This record gives sequence, C-alpha cells and structure tokens, in this order.
Amino acid sequence: MVLSGADKTNVKGLFAKIGGQAEDYGAETLERMFAAYPQTKTYFPHFDLGKGSAQVKGHGKKVAAALVEAANNIDDIAGALSKLSDLHAQKLRVDPVNFKLLGQCFLVVVATRNPALLTPEVHASLDKFLCAVGTVLTAKYR
Amino acid sequence: MVHWSAEEKQLISSVWGKVNVEECGAEALARLLIVYPWTQRFFSDFGNLSSPTAITGNPKVRAHGKKVLTSFGEAVKNLDNIKGTYSKLSELHCEKLHVDPENFRLLGDILVIVLASHFGRDFTPTCQSAWQKLVGVVAHALARKYH
Repeated sequence: MVLSGADKTNVKGLFAKIGGQAEDYGAETLERMFAAYPQTKTYFPHFDLGKGSAQVKGHGKKVAAALVEAANNIDDIAGALSKLSDLHAQKLRVDPVNFKLLGQCFLVVVATRNPALLTPEVHASLDKFLCAVGTVLTAKYR
Repeated sequence: MVHWSAEEKQLISSVWGKVNVEECGAEALARLLIVYPWTQRFFSDFGNLSSPTAITGNPKVRAHGKKVLTSFGEAVKNLDNIKGTYSKLSELHCEKLHVDPENFRLLGDILVIVLASHFGRDFTPTCQSAWQKLVGVVAHALARKYH
C-alpha cells in the first residue's frame, strides 16, 4: 500500500486545516478509543482514564504530535517515526490490532468536528496514512 | 444473546430515528467502495466505478446502499435477537454471494464514520461505543451461518 501524490496532498491539507487543534483531536481520539474498545485500556493501568483526565489529554497531545510529524514528513514516515518505532517494538509492544482501532477513532473525531473536510477522497487518503503509520510503528516487532 | 444496557438501546434508537436511510446507506456503500477499492469485486455489474465521483453518483450504488441500510434497521428493531434476524441473510452471503465476513466489519466502521459526520458532537464517545458494538454484533450475526 503506497501513498499517492494525491493522498499526500490530502493528508497534508487536512492537518494544515486542523492546525493547533491537533492536540484536542488526539485527546478525544483516545477518549473514544477507551470507550468503544475497553481492551485498549489494558495498556494504561497507570493512568487515570476518567473524563477530563489530564494524563489522557497529555498523551493525546503526544499521539497527535506524532501524526503531525508523520504528515509533515510524509515522504519518509519510517524515518520520521524511527525512534517511536523502536519504542513500540522494545518497550510498549502494543498489539498491532490496536492501531486500527486508534485510526478508526481518529477518523470519527475528524468526522464529528469537521465533516466537510472528510470527503470520500480525503477519508480514503487519511485511512491509508493511518495504516502506514501503524505499519511503521510495528515494523520492528519481529 | 447480546446484552444491551438501557442507555445503549436509547443511544441506538435515538440516532436511528434521525437517520435518512437512503442518504446514509448510499454514502456508506460509496465510501466502502472508495476507501477499500477491493470491495468493488462484488459489484462488477454495477457499471461505472472508475472514480470517487462516479461511485458516489452511481444509481446502483445508491440503490444498493439503501437496501443494505434498510436491512440494518432490522437489527435496530430487534436488538434482542440479531442472530435470528440475520440467519437467512447469513446463509445467503455465504452460499450465494460468497462475501468474506471481513467486509461486514469494514462496512460497519464506515457506517460509524458516516453517522459521526452527520451527527457531529451529538455523536458522543458513549454513542459511538454503542454503535461500534452494534455494527460488531451485526457483522458477527452475518458471519454466523458460514460454512
């Protein structure tokens, strides 16, 4: 699965429009993921996962920053996220199925906050991008 | 049997009550074919599926999307017996249509995104959670009679 020129344009355009709100998008993505897929909470036993949790907000900000970084370096996502990829392989070891769940929730957040942005074409490109990020983060697992 | 809390039932029916089945169905199926193009394999007789614009405007896609979402409505009306509701449809999808059940999961996720785009902030995390559960149960029911 390869990101076409059009995909890259769509993804960069989307993140440009989201701008500084990316942090909020990240936090809400996590909140939705924990609600819809309770098994994902098993990776955060050390977190307060209650509504409005500062830890979830903080972590959402990190997740969003990584997505923004990937979008800004969309021609070399593997390079941009290399350290994160090491971290996930060696320390975090989040099961690969969970990246799809996170991706679904991110798409839902974009859809609820900015439906006009999420045309079918942008939806397809963003879905591909999120898959690519997940692939990079699990690439060194074995 | 799947257990639905009173809150889940309320969230599901209140959303469903406001859904334009024709529009949402058409949009969900079109997005499935656009976002996951390999799903077009089941629709070789639908005519022009050559671009997102062609797919969105394709009358057969619209009609079939409406049909699929109308059928989904049966699950909403029969939350306590989704397995029974889809028993025959499950056999049909296996024996006649030869559809990999993974496609039901893909369509379910797309439907949730379509609902999110229509309902905005009203599609709260708890609401999404109820609907992710519902689409998962429907997908499971449709796969149940496969052999």
